[in-house]
Amino acid sequence: MSKILKGIGASDGVAIAPVYSLEEPDLSFDNKSIDAGQEDAEVERFKAAFNQSKVEITRIRNHAEESVGPEHAAIFDAHLLVLDDPEFLGPIESHICNDQKSAPQALLETRDQFVAIFENMDNEYMQERAADIKDVSKRVLAHMLGKELPDPSKIDTPVVIVAEDLTPSDTAQLDKNFVKGFVTNVGGRTSHSAIMSRSLEIPAVVGTKEITELANVGDHIIVDGSAGEVIINPTEEEVLVYQDKEAKVQEEKAELQKLVDEPSKTMDGISVELAANIGTPDDLDGVKSNGAEGIGLYRTEFLYMGRNELPTEDEQYEAYKKVLKDMGDKPVVVRTIDIGGDKELPYMDLPKEMNPFLGYRAIRMALDNQDLFRTQLRALLRAGQHGNLKIMFPMIATIDEFNRAKAMLIEEKDKLVDEGEKVKEDIEVGIMIEIPSAAIIADQFAKVVDFFSIGTNDLIQYTMAADRMNESVSYLYQPHHPALLRLIKMVIDAAHKEGKWAGMCGEMAGDAHAVPLLVGLGLDEFSMSASSILKARKQISELKKTDMERLAQAAVECSSTEEVLALVEEYTQRA
Amino acid sequence: MEQKSYLITDETGIHARPATILVQTASKYDADIQLEYNSKKVNLKSIMGVMSLGVGKDSEVTVYAEGKDETEAIEAITETLSKEGLTD
Repeated sequence: MSKILKGIGASDGVAIAPVYSLEEPDLSFDNKSIDAGQEDAEVERFKAAFNQSKVEITRIRNHAEESVGPEHAAIFDAHLLVLDDPEFLGPIESHICNDQKSAPQALLETRDQFVAIFENMDNEYMQERAADIKDVSKRVLAHMLGKELPDPSKIDTPVVIVAEDLTPSDTAQLDKNFVKGFVTNVGGRTSHSAIMSRSLEIPAVVGTKEITELANVGDHIIVDGSAGEVIINPTEEEVLVYQDKEAKVQEEKAELQKLVDEPSKTMDGISVELAANIGTPDDLDGVKSNGAEGIGLYRTEFLYMGRNELPTEDEQYEAYKKVLKDMGDKPVVVRTIDIGGDKELPYMDLPKEMNPFLGYRAIRMALDNQDLFRTQLRALLRAGQHGNLKIMFPMIATIDEFNRAKAMLIEEKDKLVDEGEKVKEDIEVGIMIEIPSAAIIADQFAKVVDFFSIGTNDLIQYTMAADRMNESVSYLYQPHHPALLRLIKMVIDAAHKEGKWAGMCGEMAGDAHAVPLLVGLGLDEFSMSASSILKARKQISELKKTDMERLAQAAVECSSTEEVLALVEEYTQRA
Repeated sequence: MEQKSYLITDETGIHARPATILVQTASKYDADIQLEYNSKKVNLKSIMGVMSLGVGKDSEVTVYAEGKDETEAIEAITETLSKEGLTD
């Protein structure tokens, strides 16, 4: 019997594959001594588990090197050495042979000794190494117990991942050749996993609440990312229906593919720029295959995540250079570090906060951690000569914050020039508009910045005072609300008055109901998940700018989202 | 028995990446190789031993090697330390 589960469609498309569970298995075991004479067999068990773990970690390492680069693979080299460490292997063997401990018990006792050494060191970085030892030991233990650990990077057959949630480091390791889709218990359209599913262009349904309860390893599953539906153990007829649906999706895709090299223009010939949001240089393939005219948001925080120390200036330089070179003379807007709040860095020791979204994050943290911030600015300035770089500061609330950040940028530029480095002269410097205060005084900001980029995910939550992670207030996440449209209008008008440009890099920029409004409000640049670009290009080519201007004018006078959406329907059907 | 002392000048000391390469280098030799810091000695072929010393910037460390390839071992370790930017 098939079972249908509803969730939130995070990324379009249909996937049909067996379930891969990212849930951890039960690794408990009976702690009893081994019988005399069993020592040799137990040592064999321990060595076999170590060898199996080595094979696995080597595969993860190689995968990481290919998919995310050698710098992310290096930690797995250290993990491999732990498995060869004579000071680790010796005591385990001795516990088995001399104390008649079982292999799992010998492993855990030895592990705990090392973990205690590292956890008691007064250096936070070293304390974190305890987690590496636990991680490696867990893998060995799983092998001793004959249990399988979930590990997204070692997936090498087609699957649909089922998990409570996917973390940034989980998603960084996914290989979309094999991961056909994923389904999670928690999350909404703008949660990290949802955004990643769109960048990876794999179908996903999030927020199903109970997928991990209902789906088991061995089950087959259909993920319909467009409808937000999941079918566990579908019937043959259902599989046929969905295969058909998937074929249609592919057909539509092929149709859109014809627009890759076309300009983004309205029916009456007004050009806009359709750009892509990216997280790592790996996303560049999608940028090209979807015909982006630039990068409107390069989220640099992935350079800082999933590792144990800050990235060096040179590492950052290489990443920025790769993106800039690849994009040639097309604009690349790089957002400086947006860490803090809900995005944590274990090695940075940022305080836990009650209200992370209103707390110490992004530019607030960067202005306070000048070494970290200046290193990034230097890497950016050096990379600038390789392409069309624009630098953007996130979470700016006041002009003073912008001035301080810009002053540091100029200081670093002067230093680089003194050091004999080549630095490009005319790098544009702009801000993200995410905080209502910045939108409200956009007229003042427009005098000092070179551009605006409206970050709608945060702007909506701050304007409506509704946490976007909190499902009980998700009804307030209303991108088309007149309050928001008015703020957006203020920002665009303020930019144009000073001869500057205004873009948008939130999810709203690719939303089919928002695009007509944004065209009408005069938005210059639309930056979205690469996979949304062609659809937006097609939609824009069917709109008349003059009509959309009238639509926008009427929409800002509406009193509710419902009224706005009705107007959008009316104006777009007419065309 | 060969021995040699070094001043660690790297900003973050002997952290995971250089420790990995150091242990990989040491493991290529038959000689017994030890690393001493703060009057504590550990096996230089043990990643957890090396990491557990917590060698930071401006620390002096000594490497001892004993065995038929001890001279080559010390040479290789000196080169690795310098190549990884741990010493000047």
